Amino acid sequence: MVSRTVAKDIITLRGSAAIVSEFFGYAANSILYNRGVYPEESFVKVKKYGLPMLLTQDDGVKSFISNLNAQLSEWLEAGKLQRVVLVIMSKATGEVLERWNFSIETDNEVVEKGVSREKSDKEIMREIQAIMRQIASSITYLPCLDEPCVFDVLAYTDKDVAVPFTWIESDAKLIANPQMVKLHSFDTKIHKVDTLVSYKNDDEWEEQ
Amino acid sequence: MDAGSLNSSSNLKGQSRFPLQEQFLHRRNSKENLDRFIPNRSAMDFDYAHFMLTEGMEGKENPAVISPSREAYRKQLAEALNMNRTRILAFKDKPPTPVELFPQEHSSSVNPVKSAKPRRHIPQTSERTLDAPDLVDDFYLNLLDWGSSNVLAIALGNTVYLWDASNGSTSELVTIDDEIGPVTCVNWGPDGRHIAIGLNNSEVQLWDSATNRQLRTLRGGHRSRVGSLAWNNHILTTGGMDGQITNNDVRIRSHIIETYRGHHQEVCGLKWSGSGQQLASGGNDNLIHIWDRSVVSSNSATQWLHRLEDHTSAVKALAWCPFQSNLLASGGGGGDRTIKFWNTHTGACLNSIDTGSQVCGLLWNKNERELLSSHGFTQNQLTLWKYPSMVKMAELTGHTSRVLFMSQSPDGCTVATAAGDETLRFWNVFGVPEASKPAPKTNPEPFSQVNRIR
Repeated sequence: MVSRTVAKDIITLRGSAAIVSEFFGYAANSILYNRGVYPEESFVKVKKYGLPMLLTQDDGVKSFISNLNAQLSEWLEAGKLQRVVLVIMSKATGEVLERWNFSIETDNEVVEKGVSREKSDKEIMREIQAIMRQIASSITYLPCLDEPCVFDVLAYTDKDVAVPFTWIESDAKLIANPQMVKLHSFDTKIHKVDTLVSYKNDDEWEEQ
Repeated sequence: MDAGSLNSSSNLKGQSRFPLQEQFLHRRNSKENLDRFIPNRSAMDFDYAHFMLTEGMEGKENPAVISPSREAYRKQLAEALNMNRTRILAFKDKPPTPVELFPQEHSSSVNPVKSAKPRRHIPQTSERTLDAPDLVDDFYLNLLDWGSSNVLAIALGNTVYLWDASNGSTSELVTIDDEIGPVTCVNWGPDGRHIAIGLNNSEVQLWDSATNRQLRTLRGGHRSRVGSLAWNNHILTTGGMDGQITNNDVRIRSHIIETYRGHHQEVCGLKWSGSGQQLASGGNDNLIHIWDRSVVSSNSATQWLHRLEDHTSAVKALAWCPFQSNLLASGGGGGDRTIKFWNTHTGACLNSIDTGSQVCGLLWNKNERELLSSHGFTQNQLTLWKYPSMVKMAELTGHTSRVLFMSQSPDGCTVATAAGDETLRFWNVFGVPEASKPAPKTNPEPFSQVNRIR
């Protein structure tokens, strides 16, 4: 009985990578839905993290996110992924309006020595749930995206990573003088993910 | 290399480089050296002590001792030199742009061309006004017709005038004798060359407008004046004050091929559907009849397909919808004032709108889903309606008496109206002629193929 409980709370590198990349998939869907990048009717509701989550039914977006997840889990398992950024840009001008920044800290001992850590699934899910709630409620303070927008995803990797065939090197697509809001973090004890949204500060007159 | 070494070296030799700063430091140092607890520090080797506290630590690799501020500085440096430690990667193939999925209201700023179309400017005044002296002010007649060759025919008293819209020239086609006049209706054949003229004495004359020559006179179809005419290829349908409707084959000697009996008062509205299959007739008996050609030709007993009894006044205004077959619009006279829509396949009344005044004429826009009605007392206006919502889009005023007659240019854009005020006015109510060119080409002769088969 005791050994079973212990076995359940053990988390491996592979399991942690799966949790983190799955988190990115849901977070990206949630951002695209909540920020209205794609029309509401192209999303369907599913249950995840104890919350109703929305997943796109658009084949193009779907395959983009699933390809992304496959590559991210590979990098996460190798401990090479430092950061994932979802960028929302104006379709017309290409101006970056929002950056959803997910920083990842990897426990290198796990990657190098193949040891595992202990943390219950339940606890991780609770932490992720808090972030998802924050993403959904972000529309209350983020500026309105009142023009058609497109998105892109940037992956910050270690320098020694070979660029996969389907990827290219990109600039950071930064926002000049942004407003930033830090959201909750979650930690699998192997990967720690910090979430931060930065957005174009277009209320400059208010501060003067 | 880092903050520690910079401090120690500046203490020793940096005097000339930062004069003010160095003087200050020296003064402070000398003061500090002399306090009451340690009055003499000359024996102390500050440089060595500083080295042991700073540089010395680095060699020992003791991260626990590194101060938080130095840690932060190093992090910031790493961040600034990010490119050396990180690759930023993105997919070559970008996610699909959501524009195709966007509903129209989202992308209203993107496609101004599309939104500009509904906001077509409708001129509120007539583009041109011509005198129409001696125009007979009679609700039951049909004295104006715009032919497919862009020539407008108007009957003024005993005379039929032709006004060529392409160059604005006017010519007289014919003046008939007083005994048989006045002219009670004019109607162009589908070719835009032959014109039928109905007379007060029950005769119908056929004229060739190209040669100004009378081709034949049709007699015996009616016992009184012929107020309405409608062509269906070589069939000329005539409606008389006697309530009769006659189909005349203008090619053969005994021209009367069918007679429709259903009205018991004057037939004032007569229109063939675009397919040439159904004829709508309206009368002073408040009735509309729908006649079907196939039913009639197979059976000599002339039975209507539908008798529509909803109007409460004479029905002259009839218009077949150009974009929806079996849809007929009809307008009632002074006691009725409604526009009604009918499914002529089932005979069902689809809608009825009270316009508030006598409906003299109805025309569909060939290019948009709009209907134009012409009215009598009190406004003598033209009203443009959105179909099927029947929202009023425009009210055009100018005529000072009831707008009796209405006809549309071949391109479908301009409407000519003639009223009891003896004027003929032209209105650019249906837009500008541009993309409309192919539409009227196919519309006037949808049944030309039928003709060849027979």
